Amino acid sequence: MDKRDLVVVGAGPAGMAAAISAFESGVKDILLLERDQYLGGILNQCIHPGFGLHYFKEDLTGPEYADRFMKKIQTLPEIEISLRSFAVNLTKGKVLIYLKPGEMRQVKAKALIMATGCRERTREMVHIPGTRPAGIYSAGLAQKMINLEGLLPGKEIVIVGSGDIGLIMARRFTLEGAKVKAVIEIQKETSGLIRNVVQCLEDFDIPLYFRHKISKLYGKDRVEKVEVTAVDTGSRFELTCDTVLISVGLIPENELIEMAGVKIAGEVNKTSLPGLFVCGNSYKVYDLVDWVTRDSAKAGEAAAEYLRDLK
Amino acid sequence: MKKKITCIDCPQGCQLEVDVENGYVVGLSGNKCPKGEVYAKQEIENPMRILASTVLTRALNIKMVPVRTSRPIPKSKLFEAIEEIKKIRLSRPVHVGDVIAPNFLGLGVDLISTRDAI
Repeated sequence: MDKRDLVVVGAGPAGMAAAISAFESGVKDILLLERDQYLGGILNQCIHPGFGLHYFKEDLTGPEYADRFMKKIQTLPEIEISLRSFAVNLTKGKVLIYLKPGEMRQVKAKALIMATGCRERTREMVHIPGTRPAGIYSAGLAQKMINLEGLLPGKEIVIVGSGDIGLIMARRFTLEGAKVKAVIEIQKETSGLIRNVVQCLEDFDIPLYFRHKISKLYGKDRVEKVEVTAVDTGSRFELTCDTVLISVGLIPENELIEMAGVKIAGEVNKTSLPGLFVCGNSYKVYDLVDWVTRDSAKAGEAAAEYLRDLK
Repeated sequence: MKKKITCIDCPQGCQLEVDVENGYVVGLSGNKCPKGEVYAKQEIENPMRILASTVLTRALNIKMVPVRTSRPIPKSKLFEAIEEIKKIRLSRPVHVGDVIAPNFLGLGVDLISTRDAI
């Protein structure tokens, strides 16, 4: 079994910031695991600007923001990067099992930082009645298809939820030539940033319906239309569409921590197991990556301090 | 003509009511600070946006290279710009910040790569 001072799971903004700050705080034996074939995590598909205004005092796109950390990590031989590495099991003894193409590896870590990000909430979690045709995507999946794979998932779009990813995708679909019919939000205000409402919806005259929900979804093989209901009055209308995007929030992805029987503690980045830390969106859902970087750097420092105290 | 816009200079998001005549701002209310005035003037008289999109590659390690304009361009040019971006095929390696199309659409801004592609 491989032995490491520090293993960081996830090389998105949180994992990269944590690994760099742990190194800068004195940790010289770090393994950074990433399941994708690139560093950067979700930033790679967030091609729009608006990142780094606080941390770098510059307006960067997601890939540019990620690049700053990737370039830094690549100059540090003390941080070993392992791509296409998927963590599947974690124990209280800090033994982590991960899969790489064609092999399974085990590593025993003195300290661990989990930076595994979020999953998107799905249609099932918001209970949209109706059929189950093709054409229903989570907003982040549609973002990946367009921005990384060059595929346009549909031409006539209805977006459920006015969180930032949904707003960003309304603009992205519009620019790519699709027609975004509406954004449907059950709350009375958006959970997204004001600049996104202005630059992603108002710029393109895309209607945003507050206190509305999709009450039924129609379509046999492919989505054909949705019925929209005003939750206060019960009045209804229909929108034809071939695609429905679900943008109704994110859930921290903490299966590995739970598997080890460990709980996330109240204090930032801490868990019930000393030496096991959690940071970024897997600790809590952040609205700005700048704060992910700031807080994850603290996780790196905390891990370094823990390792110093062990000696 | 009265027009309602949201100032996005800071997260307060003041609701501005702007008096517009012939495309120019002649009156303003609702702003809590002087930045609102600058924002309203720019936004009504010449709104500008950074455009971000992707360019299709040939024989590089990623299929789509993300790109953006080096500075904001007029909002009215967004769709023309995106059509132009769709025509580009990139087969040479690029690094973050490399120019993909200089003086893009004659607008005095460059189209730049926002990710390495090799």
